[in-house]
Amino acid sequence: MKSAVIVFPGSNREGDVLRALTSAGSRAEKVWHAETELPKGTDLVVLPGGFSYGDYLRCGAIAGRATVMDAVRAHAARGGLVLGICNGFQILCESGLLPGILMRNANLKFICHRQFLRVERDDTAFTRAYAKGQAIDVCVAHGEGNYTADGETLKRLEGEGLVAFRYSDAQGHITADSNRNGSMNAIAGIYSDKLNVLGMMPHPENLIEDLVGGTDGRGLFESLVSSFPKAA
Amino acid sequence: MKARVTVTLKNGVLDPQGKAIEGALKSLGVEGIDGVRQGKVFDIELGTTDRSKAEAALKAACEKLLANTVIENYRVEIA
Repeated sequence: MKSAVIVFPGSNREGDVLRALTSAGSRAEKVWHAETELPKGTDLVVLPGGFSYGDYLRCGAIAGRATVMDAVRAHAARGGLVLGICNGFQILCESGLLPGILMRNANLKFICHRQFLRVERDDTAFTRAYAKGQAIDVCVAHGEGNYTADGETLKRLEGEGLVAFRYSDAQGHITADSNRNGSMNAIAGIYSDKLNVLGMMPHPENLIEDLVGGTDGRGLFESLVSSFPKAA
Repeated sequence: MKARVTVTLKNGVLDPQGKAIEGALKSLGVEGIDGVRQGKVFDIELGTTDRSKAEAALKAACEKLLANTVIENYRVEIA
């Protein structure tokens, strides 16, 4: 399996996600935002976290219109897998690959802490290593993660099972305290219609080793790698 | 030619920053303010003197980048 991690000016989690991908068994390389094509044979595109273009105008707005995004859109249209984490989720929303937008956190604070997520479905390329309803222990670090969409979009996301993760407590219960950024329906991540694009605010790539306090993030990368036959 | 583009949040979109500013004004004792919504202003220099070309360029700028029309409205004024 081959992954391409897109690097924008201001990305800062590309190293973390590269490490998570390679330790799960993927080949992975960085791709500069001004490229017009993805490396041949790319199976998965990752938009990493960070502060692309300094969050100027709106988070992810400028990166969402970068040259490489045309290639990413074409990859997604062919059914290719795309994962956007944190700023990557904001970029996916701004580029039109996912609906809605990430607004300023409802409490106006940058939040940075460990966070449980409830896995809403375990039958996608991103989550097959988890169990539906399982609470995974990862972390969040963002100022604009307040997922917002119009009523119709929200109804469609819920009705078609396109919510990937929700902010929960350790038992997988959605409580007022677990949804710290104020996201509608406690949404932490969503899929595209064909389930091949996932955007999420939390950082699974930072919880892949016991050394740093947890390994619950590994499942996401192992799911992705197991979706592809092993290279000979 | 010069133009001013104003981008504002659509009605009904929660504006936590506007709310915080509204609260700050209240705590400063500024009276008579019922609500604050925060937006953005862009002052733009145009390289054309053709008004219809300018309007087209500004519309494209707003639709493609300056406003996220999921949550924002925009208004264009050409000087």
